[in-house]
Amino acid sequence: MLESQTTAPLVQLRGVTKYFGDFRALDHVDLDIAKGEKVALLGASGSGKSTLCRCINRIEKATEGTIMIEGRPLPQEGKALAAMRAEVGMVFQSFNLFPHYTVLENIALSPIHVRKVPKAEATAQARDLLARVGLADKADSYPAELSGGQQQRVAIARALAMQPHVLLFDEPTSALDPEMIKEVLDVMTELAESGMTMLVVTHEMGFARHACDRVCFMDAGRIVEQGTPEGFFTRPQTDRAKDFLSKILDH
Amino acid sequence: MVEILTDNWAFLLSGVATTVGLTIVGFLGSLIVGTIAAIFRVSPVVPLRLVGSAYVEFFRNIPLLSLLVLVTFGLPDIGVLLPLFWCGAVSLILSGSAFVCETVRSGINTISIGQSEASRALGMSFTQQLALVILPQAFRTMVQPLANVFIGVLIGSSLVAAVGVSDITNVTQQLNIRYAEAVFLFLLSGAVYLILGLGVGGAGSAVERRLGRSRIAGGKAVSR
Repeated sequence: MLESQTTAPLVQLRGVTKYFGDFRALDHVDLDIAKGEKVALLGASGSGKSTLCRCINRIEKATEGTIMIEGRPLPQEGKALAAMRAEVGMVFQSFNLFPHYTVLENIALSPIHVRKVPKAEATAQARDLLARVGLADKADSYPAELSGGQQQRVAIARALAMQPHVLLFDEPTSALDPEMIKEVLDVMTELAESGMTMLVVTHEMGFARHACDRVCFMDAGRIVEQGTPEGFFTRPQTDRAKDFLSKILDH
Repeated sequence: MVEILTDNWAFLLSGVATTVGLTIVGFLGSLIVGTIAAIFRVSPVVPLRLVGSAYVEFFRNIPLLSLLVLVTFGLPDIGVLLPLFWCGAVSLILSGSAFVCETVRSGINTISIGQSEASRALGMSFTQQLALVILPQAFRTMVQPLANVFIGVLIGSSLVAAVGVSDITNVTQQLNIRYAEAVFLFLLSGAVYLILGLGVGGAGSAVERRLGRSRIAGGKAVSR
């Protein structure tokens, strides 16, 4: 058991299938993410990449298959599931900051209430994280007073405050104006370099290519191709991937 | 007619006090019970949801007068003997809470699903999600509907006169029997309800304006 915990991948998916009604969004997906690995999940809209990301912390319930985090199966419900979610950070496309709390409160809220960290300590940690994402001067602002890029950086700081073992990014820059994408990607690149384990659903091919260790390409609910970013972008194997790359790289 | 007032001011005031007391107890009780019922109705546990729905559908759809008669004359049959005031209060709470429940539930439904997803992703329990994230935001949208429920409880409280609680309606009925000044006396009790209702409506608007000015409301407008 001990051995399996040290050698098992941080995240392990086996045969994960998800139906929305009759629609099969995920079709027997297998995926391993090692500790410290940065995986980009690419694919066209509707290929199932967001659904896969959301199944990993059970925001979406997989219909079939097993999901293991650090060698332990994902709990079904209740306290055990909440405890596991605390170890798996998530950053959303639409930020989902809490509008009725200040930026600092957004970040310190879960450490205080979920981790039971003393308030002063959680607040000090929140200030450090804000400085890390370059927003030290926004501590007392409300989310509505920030730009989209700033809000997403706060959301990343909020996820980091729980000291997660793996971070899931669900299209973190898709809701942003072009000029704000870079500031968010810079923070994510810095995180990747610091050794954080990351799964990133994205349309930012530059980020996938330069900041990630591996690219998984999804089509119709399956991972149809995966490999190093260099290999995938220069020599895609499947027709579907070639087609996808030709469409996005032409422009 | 003025001597009706001067001769009976203490009696009249006790009626007003009973009406105010019933309304406040009835509304606060409705708020607590109704919020619990609403939490049942949005809970992930199916049996709780069913209990919540059954409660609301039952108490929302029977007349308050029937409830009053049931509580006042039915409960003693099964050995529960409440003071008259509390028979009125309990009936108002049972009926009012059904409406509070629907107000709170629709308030919760105005909060985007992303808020609950984000709080779940941060490891919050269902109770923490509600208490820290969802309800504080939902409350903003519930102020005016809750003021309506308050007025409903206030006006509904006049029915307790029928089971013998000495509220302002009951007091003016008793005075009418003595003085035969129906129009004057019912205008008088009507004025009491009108003034109280206007006060609550005004207070509701004031709370809403204050919330509207705060940065909290701005957050909602921009982040959607």
